[in-house]
Amino acid sequence: MSGRRLLTLHGVLVLLFLYLPIAVIVVLSFNASKYGVQWHGFTLKWYAALLGHARIHGYVTNSLIIATSSTLIATVLGTLLALGIHRYRFFGRGGLLFLLYVPVVIPDIVMGVSLLLFFAWAQNYLRALHLGLGTVIVAHVTFQIAYVTLVVKSRLAGLDPSLEEAAADLGATSWRRFWKVTFPLVWPGIAAAALLAFTLSLDDFVITFFTAGPGSTTLPIYIYSSVKRGVTPEVHAVSTLMILVTTMALLGVQRASNRR
Amino acid sequence: MNRPSWRRLLATVAPGAFWLVVFSLLPTLLILYASFLQRGPHGWLSGPLTLVNYARFFGISSSGFDPLYLNILGRSFLLGIVTTVAVVLLGYPFAFFIARSRHKNLLLLLVVLPFWTNFLIRVYAWIVIFQRRGVLNALLTYLHLPTLHLYPSWTAVYVGTIYTYLPFLILPLYASVEKVDWTLLEAAYDLGAGRVRGFWHAIFPQTLPGLVAGVLLVFIPALGTFVISDLLGAGKAILIGNVIQQQFGGSRDWAFGSAAAFVLMALVLLGLWLYARRAGESGMGELL
Repeated sequence: MSGRRLLTLHGVLVLLFLYLPIAVIVVLSFNASKYGVQWHGFTLKWYAALLGHARIHGYVTNSLIIATSSTLIATVLGTLLALGIHRYRFFGRGGLLFLLYVPVVIPDIVMGVSLLLFFAWAQNYLRALHLGLGTVIVAHVTFQIAYVTLVVKSRLAGLDPSLEEAAADLGATSWRRFWKVTFPLVWPGIAAAALLAFTLSLDDFVITFFTAGPGSTTLPIYIYSSVKRGVTPEVHAVSTLMILVTTMALLGVQRASNRR
Repeated sequence: MNRPSWRRLLATVAPGAFWLVVFSLLPTLLILYASFLQRGPHGWLSGPLTLVNYARFFGISSSGFDPLYLNILGRSFLLGIVTTVAVVLLGYPFAFFIARSRHKNLLLLLVVLPFWTNFLIRVYAWIVIFQRRGVLNALLTYLHLPTLHLYPSWTAVYVGTIYTYLPFLILPLYASVEKVDWTLLEAAYDLGAGRVRGFWHAIFPQTLPGLVAGVLLVFIPALGTFVISDLLGAGKAILIGNVIQQQFGGSRDWAFGSAAAFVLMALVLLGLWLYARRAGESGMGELL
């Protein structure tokens, strides 16, 4: 076999490996059998069951509240940070960059337990930050900021500085310069960063696991506890819907970042 | 880049910097502090400052040396190393497969999709595949082969980890492979190099930045995982991540859990520091 064909064969096998688990879940979500993996015919009843499953609706609502609020906060803070880091050289810039990279690279369990400890400490000594939706949102913002800043920063780095200089030469104030020149050019980067942050929040399990309290169960937490207790077919249906939503968000990110 | 006025700097950098100091730096310092405390009467932490948690982690006690936790740490390193090697073997040729294909964008999307599919769903799917009456055994029975008992097992944990982190290697590696200057290979051939030597000297060094970034992105989370071992090992496969999770959950010895978490973080930051010293700011950018 030639090298080229070997490479293609390897590629196809890797793709099969990547998609086997996803295919298993999607197929099972349409399987009429409640137990086991034997195919008992096509059904949509697990999806129908989801509609009447009030507890799952609560988890979806929690996931969406957390993802929306944390994304809004992280996008604003991260975009501002990216602007400052891109434009200015100041004391502590290197330290700030380090602080930005740390949440991205340390194992998420370390971040999860340190936030848990921090919230417990604040609860003990300040009587604030009781575990719940609020603490999960704060935790999510903390890891989202890094991603937003880095995406927007790379977009800013790709900008032609002469455009801003031209606006300055024409007498635009720095505020006007930002809104009329920089912002429209960076906007696709901000949108891509926000979608990325949103998806990261929706998908997060580990950090939510440590910072959630009673009443702030999200979909991934629910899936985890179902796996531990024994999965019902509704979980396959929920998972398939989540795969669908992620796919759409991903296509959105691609379109937003391809627009120039 | 210019010298900023204080007002502008405050307006852009201050809110985010404040957030990171309060919710990232402060919690990290708290972990370090808590690792020198002890479990108090109500499960909360209390003083005085002590080294017992680290002594316990490293197995040093009055009754002699007990490498329980060091063994667990070693097992995590083994998982990290084996996973990294396996992922490189699978992913390295695959990055070239994408780069040389006519359907680059489609293939990239196909790699990114599983990466963004909820991690728990993907791990759970391996339970469905490996369980006693699962997909794999149904296939083996169909082929008249003996069935396997792979769930729960270390094999399942390894497969799950390799599966989870494969895209983490492919994506940064592809970014390097895409930029490879193939004329260097021709030059190497013209100079009389064979296929292996030509690849090794002309192509491999060009892929190194992406490979190193990818290896770090696989090794670090694999080292800290607790969900994969928890689910696919069904509580019997204990890694450093599981130790930390148990101490902050059921066992409720937060001081010892903090020490274990700090050891893990220190090891990771040490590795990253060595990497950053060589690669600089742009190199750290490759990690994302």
